[in-house]
Amino acid sequence: MLLSVLKVAVVLVITLLAVAYTVLLERKLLARMQNRWGPSRVGPFGLLQPLVDGAKSFLKEDMNPLAVERPLFILAPIIALGCALISVAVVPFGAVTHLKGAPGVDLFQIANVNIGLLVILGITSIGVYGITLSGWSSNNKYSLLGSLRSTAQVISYELALGLSLVGVVLRAQSLNLRVIVSSQSAHGALSWNIFGGFQIVAFFIYLMAAYAETNRAPFDLVEAENELVAGYNTEYSSMKFAMFFMSEYANMITVSCVATLLFFGGASSPFGHIFDGLLNTPVFNAIIPVCWFVVKVFSFLALYIWVRGTLPRFRYDQLMGFGWKFLLPLAMANIIVTSFVLAMRG
Amino acid sequence: MQLALFIIFGALALGGALNLLFQRHPINSALSLVVVMMSLAVLYWSLGAEFLAAAQVIVYSGAIMVLFIFVIMLLNAGKEERTKGSRAAYTVGFPGAAAIFCLLSFVFLSERGALKSSNIGGDLSNGLDNIAEVSAMLFTRQLLPFEVTSILILVAILGAVVLARKEQ
Repeated sequence: MLLSVLKVAVVLVITLLAVAYTVLLERKLLARMQNRWGPSRVGPFGLLQPLVDGAKSFLKEDMNPLAVERPLFILAPIIALGCALISVAVVPFGAVTHLKGAPGVDLFQIANVNIGLLVILGITSIGVYGITLSGWSSNNKYSLLGSLRSTAQVISYELALGLSLVGVVLRAQSLNLRVIVSSQSAHGALSWNIFGGFQIVAFFIYLMAAYAETNRAPFDLVEAENELVAGYNTEYSSMKFAMFFMSEYANMITVSCVATLLFFGGASSPFGHIFDGLLNTPVFNAIIPVCWFVVKVFSFLALYIWVRGTLPRFRYDQLMGFGWKFLLPLAMANIIVTSFVLAMRG
Repeated sequence: MQLALFIIFGALALGGALNLLFQRHPINSALSLVVVMMSLAVLYWSLGAEFLAAAQVIVYSGAIMVLFIFVIMLLNAGKEERTKGSRAAYTVGFPGAAAIFCLLSFVFLSERGALKSSNIGGDLSNGLDNIAEVSAMLFTRQLLPFEVTSILILVAILGAVVLARKEQ
């Protein structure tokens, strides 16, 4: 029990640190893409920048505009950040590892739930309330427009996102994330769902829908600066703004984790069992899968930033047409083909 | 532990339902309904119906209620005046509600043998993976009701399209 609480605390701290350093990574990478240096003054290579930013947003004055609907105005960032952080609880980020003293505690996953994938989808779908309520309670036209856009966008792309995952679930015959990962572990990268499972179409649908779900470029109409000032968080300042900011990056990390788990074999090595004999000690067997997982998630985050630095923003009707007329039918076709092939085989 | 969960979330569902009635602003009422849905999902989960719980959260709280709130925001509905209510509501409403409550509890209690019972939170700690059973049931014995329901929803969508279409 105590160990589980400790595990939750450690994972939470690591996630928050990861969030902070994803921000730095984005600033650095974007800067390099635009031929600048990015943050470089605080600490070596600007490595202490996230901590200073955090301290700054703590110390700023917390402004509450007069016309806001106060309870909901305060509740909105809490919902946003809470939902973004909760979904990490079901992510397995290493091989099944038990400590000697406590056989019931799995070191690298907080909760192994039978319907882990649905839990993540459910929590993400609750997270939209944060943005919706923030826009409405701010009593500001830009906020309201931003949150209306966001709600419509998230609801539309949730369908394509959910349907793109069905192919993977059909192959693994389970919604348990551990089972989904172990269904891809036979021959290393060759049996990952994206290659050996022929779910590459599903992967691209997932990727695009996920970018829209997290309100990131090229689908970031929610906070289109040239039209909406800052979108749903226009009226927020200080720590409340920081909570929205953190929830966006935490959602990015969750999305990258899910992509890793479902399409890239989770914490398994791309070389399969070829190098199993090397470094075959308990400590290395526990740590190396975690390293693989971190590397995969990191490359997804880098891809996110790369896309932001490359693609211009969509127009709103293009966004909706793309989601409903292209991604959704494609996802359905993928389900039909996958289930047909599986039925022919079985 | 299980009993505590049941009491907490049962109370939360009841409180949310009452708050839904007493709030005067539509957004607050809609949010209380979300609280009710989420507490119900936890209760389902504690009875071992994980898939039902997840579906409840994704479909009701995550999609339908978001649309409700979306529409309320779009129409910018203001606070409602509190009225005393018509006399019919008092004379028919309260006895009617009581009668339905009595009828439902009578049916559930008399059919207790056929419905079977479960301990409160009994399947929380050793829940089985019951999605295969649920889907097998949906696509074999319950196939006709399942498909008829989806056709019903299709009809509703078509109706909405016809209503929303501009006059030529």
